[in-house]
Amino acid sequence: MSLKIKKGIPLIDQHDKNFMYGGKFGGNFIPETLKKPIDDLTRLFSKLRKDKKFLRERDFYFENYVGTPTPFIKLENLSDYLGGAKIYAKVVSEANGGAHKIYNATVHCLIAKKAGKKFIVGDTGAGYAGKMLSMAAKKFGLKCKIFMGAKDIKRQRPNVEAIKKNGASIVPVTSGSQTLVDAVSECMRYWVANNDTTNLCVGSTVGPNIFIKICAWSTAQISRELIKQVKEEFGKIPSKMKLLNCVGGGSSAMGFWNEFMDTDAEFIGVEAGGPKNSKLHAAPLTNGSKVGILHGAAQYVIQDKEGQIGSTESISAGLDYPGISPLHCFLKDTKRARYTSASDEEALEAYKLVSKLENISPSLEPSHAFAEAIKLAPKLKSSDVIVVNSCGDSLKDKDIIKQKLGAYIR
Amino acid sequence: MKSKIASIFEKCKKEKRPALLTYTVAGDNTKLNSLKILNTISKHADILELGFPHNTPIADGGQIQGSSHRALKNGLKLKDVFEIVKKFKQKNPDKPLILMGYFNLIYQNGENNFLNNCKASGVDGCIIVDLPYPENKKFANKCKKKSITFIQLISPTTPLNRMKKIIKDSHDMIYYISMLSTTGGKLKVSPKNILRNYSKIKKINPKKNLVIGFGITDKTISALKSANGLVIGSMLCKTITNSLKMRQNPVTKLDKVVYNLKNKIL
Repeated sequence: MSLKIKKGIPLIDQHDKNFMYGGKFGGNFIPETLKKPIDDLTRLFSKLRKDKKFLRERDFYFENYVGTPTPFIKLENLSDYLGGAKIYAKVVSEANGGAHKIYNATVHCLIAKKAGKKFIVGDTGAGYAGKMLSMAAKKFGLKCKIFMGAKDIKRQRPNVEAIKKNGASIVPVTSGSQTLVDAVSECMRYWVANNDTTNLCVGSTVGPNIFIKICAWSTAQISRELIKQVKEEFGKIPSKMKLLNCVGGGSSAMGFWNEFMDTDAEFIGVEAGGPKNSKLHAAPLTNGSKVGILHGAAQYVIQDKEGQIGSTESISAGLDYPGISPLHCFLKDTKRARYTSASDEEALEAYKLVSKLENISPSLEPSHAFAEAIKLAPKLKSSDVIVVNSCGDSLKDKDIIKQKLGAYIR
Repeated sequence: MKSKIASIFEKCKKEKRPALLTYTVAGDNTKLNSLKILNTISKHADILELGFPHNTPIADGGQIQGSSHRALKNGLKLKDVFEIVKKFKQKNPDKPLILMGYFNLIYQNGENNFLNNCKASGVDGCIIVDLPYPENKKFANKCKKKSITFIQLISPTTPLNRMKKIIKDSHDMIYYISMLSTTGGKLKVSPKNILRNYSKIKKINPKKNLVIGFGITDKTISALKSANGLVIGSMLCKTITNSLKMRQNPVTKLDKVVYNLKNKIL
């Protein structure tokens, strides 16, 4: 059976009655205790997204708090250096807080207020989801708790400090691999026990269906801006324009692509290939992982034959996740997007080159997407256009970069 | 034919006491020990729940996570779980045994394959933590066809209407989650309140066997003994953890603990 994407319907709504995309991705594989809170949130969100007053409120905060639109710039030096396609960047890292995670965090806090909840909890890998949620929680007067793997707490220090400064408490997660996958599990377990008083903000387009929906709906702001900016720059959407985005959980890519779904723009997702020659990659789409259930949803996931979730390794904490959004699984199987991976080394090289040549300095996550742009551009014509979502700033990776490259440049 | 699970509840009702259900993890702390534990505690327990461990559980607290981790570290596989069940059932053919775990392991094993293995080894029932109603209807029906009891869960957050539907489609046993918590949390609701909710559910269909689990220990078990059944899990996992720390034999330790629990509900 070949899967198809329907035109004119938001991708997040293309599921069946069991909330499955293409009949096999997503769903709600959750304990009974979460059934009602998730139903409540689902109902509230479907009401709010049609509510003009709520939309005005969202737009107000996106404009005055997040800062819209984020810049769309041509990377002249990089394009000249590589030869071939013209390379552009959507500098989402200019958003308040320094990454795309602010959109989802802001919307979740607005929803929590509508739901009358006083507490909000969230998971984080790179620390951006946690930083933004703690920022937004402070802004909207919610008490906030962030679950973060102990390994990530060590390697993403600047964001950890920001979370603390915002008055949120950090819960270090010491189970399993001590990275994002365990932080998400621990955060969900916390919600199982506290959903009467607390709202959950899952940090990416993963988890039970409603969290995928809210997150993708929030990050869609990126492509709402971009489609206008592209039309202003080129007069129309250039044919076969390539939109490159890194994918871990997949929230920034979903937001970057959403408004272009029914156009002929090409979508290329870049997963974390891990250290060169390592088998512990974090690239379930590229490396042919099987469908399994992780954190409440069916998706391509790194696992063993038995169904135990596999370990991953990546230099970028934000991509270091064994699963991937069911939406991306759907885009892959419908062939609407294609997926590839970049290694740790390639991402570091890309970071170095972009930071040296341009006025932007992408974090290690979008550096994976830049690595693919660097590979692709020389093979293309000068009429071809590549746009990379520079969805995070390298400042948070200062320690890792210094350690790996000897110096931090930007 | 009446299931072994239904029969045991009948027997307990006649004896005017709740059924005692235990939960331990297959392979904790070794394959052999987990089998020995089942054989030993089945002298006191009425129904044995056996966890098949998963490394990314979203509803288990620290104790059960610890047990699962020990089992997986020892390389426990699903086929070992069935082997443990088979050996246990050879010795204790009439003692009901329920497998409990997360859906991904069944999904990877294949639903039909999993149920064939259940049947062949003598499993009496299944609890799948992350396969809620109504998504579980298809799998529950497959269980029924094989005369395996699919155990539906009800929690304090389950609305009345939903409860009615779940109970209508339930088999020989229903599991009531005592409070908003992962397994093994501190009992934050009074036994009186738990029993009040319990009665509400029983009223919908008094014939259904309803057991209470989550957060029950030797301290609270007797206050809940008017229920049809009571599940003790995390306390047993903790006992294994502690006996390993103290270099004691977990099998004899658990024997004592379960014996004491039984005495508190007689």
